[in-house]
Amino acid sequence: MDIQFTEEQELLRSSVQRLLRDRYDFDARRKIVASEDGFSRKHWAEFAELGLLAAPFSEAGGGLGGGPLSTMIIMQEFGRHLVVEPFVETVVVAGGLLDQAGSDAQQQAYIADIIAGSKLWALAWTERGSRFDLATVTTTARRDGNDYVLTGEKTAVLAAPWADHLIVSARTSGHRHDRGGVSLFVVDRRAANLDLQSFRTIDGRRAAEISLRGVRGELLGREGEGVAALEACRNRAIGALCAEAVGAIGELNDATLDYSKTRKQFGVTIGSFQVLQHRMVDMFIAHQEALSLMQHLSLSLSDDEAGISRLASGAKSKIGYAGKFVADQAVQLHGGMGMTDELNVGHYFKRISSINIQFGDPAYHVLRYAQLDAVA
Amino acid sequence: MELALSPEDAAFRDEVRAFIKDNYPAEMRVPNPETDLSKEQMLLWHRILHNKGWIAPLWPREYGGPGWSITRRFIFEQETTRAGTMPPLAFSVTMVGPVIYTFGNDAQKAKFLPRILSGEDWWCQGYSEPGSGSDLATVRTKAVRDGDHYIVNGHKTWTTLAQHADWIFCLVRTDPAAKPQSGISFLLIDMKSPGVTVRPIITIDGSHEVNDVFLENVRVPAENLIGEENKGWTYAKFLLGNERTSMAGIGRSTRYIARLKKIVKAEIPEDDPAHLEFIRDIARVELDVLALEATELRVVAQMARGIDPGPAASLFKIRGTEIFQDITELTHRAIGNDGLAIREHPVSANHFMPGPDYGHTASEKYLNSRKLSIYGGSNEIQRNIIAKAVLGL
Repeated sequence: MDIQFTEEQELLRSSVQRLLRDRYDFDARRKIVASEDGFSRKHWAEFAELGLLAAPFSEAGGGLGGGPLSTMIIMQEFGRHLVVEPFVETVVVAGGLLDQAGSDAQQQAYIADIIAGSKLWALAWTERGSRFDLATVTTTARRDGNDYVLTGEKTAVLAAPWADHLIVSARTSGHRHDRGGVSLFVVDRRAANLDLQSFRTIDGRRAAEISLRGVRGELLGREGEGVAALEACRNRAIGALCAEAVGAIGELNDATLDYSKTRKQFGVTIGSFQVLQHRMVDMFIAHQEALSLMQHLSLSLSDDEAGISRLASGAKSKIGYAGKFVADQAVQLHGGMGMTDELNVGHYFKRISSINIQFGDPAYHVLRYAQLDAVA
Repeated sequence: MELALSPEDAAFRDEVRAFIKDNYPAEMRVPNPETDLSKEQMLLWHRILHNKGWIAPLWPREYGGPGWSITRRFIFEQETTRAGTMPPLAFSVTMVGPVIYTFGNDAQKAKFLPRILSGEDWWCQGYSEPGSGSDLATVRTKAVRDGDHYIVNGHKTWTTLAQHADWIFCLVRTDPAAKPQSGISFLLIDMKSPGVTVRPIITIDGSHEVNDVFLENVRVPAENLIGEENKGWTYAKFLLGNERTSMAGIGRSTRYIARLKKIVKAEIPEDDPAHLEFIRDIARVELDVLALEATELRVVAQMARGIDPGPAASLFKIRGTEIFQDITELTHRAIGNDGLAIREHPVSANHFMPGPDYGHTASEKYLNSRKLSIYGGSNEIQRNIIAKAVLGL
């Protein structure tokens, strides 16, 4: 199993690579992160222009029909450049949910704007105490005419300060942990009675806690089927995040190898020390395995295979641990330089740390991998 | 686990414990003392200990030390770290002070030691350079004799808290022709001297602890040379030996584990399978601490009998730092999604942080503690030391 890219996929990859090389080097990224918004609408518009925001969507829906493989290609390059713009949140997560669960009217109303780059989205699913469980939801939604009214608190909503729309999970029936009874809603981020408390994330992005006190929301998908929709959504998000992690791991390994060949101590390059050689061999192996699992997962997502949830959890865990190992060692082998804000190595470390929290940490997913096996 | 104490030493322990309880400044109990305190705040406890005569446990009585036995020094360290007090500036009290009273002349002792004890002078360490990290003996900062002065040129880096420092103790090259270790001198430089520039280095946690220090044609009075010219390496090695067991960080790790347990209890319900995982991971790291603490107590007991652990003490640095890294990582994991957030630096009171207070410094601690396996001789270097000097490989 090795993905042979089609001409179209090669073209996508080389055009993303070119764009990021020209427009998204580490200094450019630093300026974007330090800007007031913390992301760049200009770059987002360029992503739209290049067709990146259309890539995974079906052709019928106005997209390019590239599916999860195009997401993988884009995210791997985004991982190499530490892109902060909310591609996962807007295109993969919200776009995917709209595509999967949205009514025709909703798809028409929202997907074209995503593809055009004019609207940004975020997903509000975690709550205080929910940890990584999609079904633990206490936010409530009460029917009111054609709409619903939402009340509750959501935590750690990545990209929310940038978003125009939110997809919010809320309980329409059942108790706190019930799988059934959770539904999804589209909410205007600037709606009345919605409060945002923004904060910076370890990887230089923005997130918020959201308080909903009677906010109007429009049902997305069928009432009570929110958890199943979120599970499928999480699998796609994991595919994207794993590709991003693999991109970051690859960059860290390249940087560490380069450094070990040039940095001299005790009269020789530090790469000549066997203990460091073996460390870098282990980093290489970690990258190879992560890359393979990433491809395996993306292909399975494309074919919508049975058992995809188990594979997604397995990949999230294995690639998460691989990323952590490589990031730890990349900092260690760069010595003090690896600790600095000035060098990019620490920023990859922080992005990988953040990926390892999003949609569940490696420990959560290894358990889920085991549990899904027990079920089967 | 406790050292077997004589009744006198047990009474001493109680006295230290009570003193800390009654005197440790509330002002210093901030979320992250290492980054959140001003210089003046950091010195509050220093001055209290100075007034009590406890500021320099290591120092002989004639220079202002308390004249404690090895056992009492250990008790003091144990009590102060267990209570989470901020240790007095190590570069002043533990590092340069002993070098000055061991190798300095009478004038230097009279000039510098009282000001170290009182906290009037803040010292930083000018060892590492961009090209000299693990391989310290290759320092290139040059000191050239010019009458009764040295002219110093060079670039020191990773200089901790140099932004507060009055003085820097430097390894400088005085004989470029000699073998690396033989041409180094130990020079004290006034940070206010013309030609000294401090540039902050911001680390991945967003904090400003370390700095670059640039020395450009700095005129240093020759009387600031410690000991003999070109013997600096000997003094530097002596100084590194002073760290010894304190690197194990047992008190700190014990406190962080206690807090981690509280966080896990609050964050993760017992019926969540992750709970058992955490319980097991915490137990493992507790056992790591227990084993290291037992080793420390064994070594302290040996030292009290006059047996020096020698280079085997490197194991305290290796295991102590690895353990603390594990604990900060577990803590960061335990707070779940809140681990995405990090405090902004400089820390402002009205900046919003999600989640309970106990998690607010978890991200920065996790990131910051990556340095522990790098600084003070990387853990790779420490392993080399044991391989060579203990195992004879």
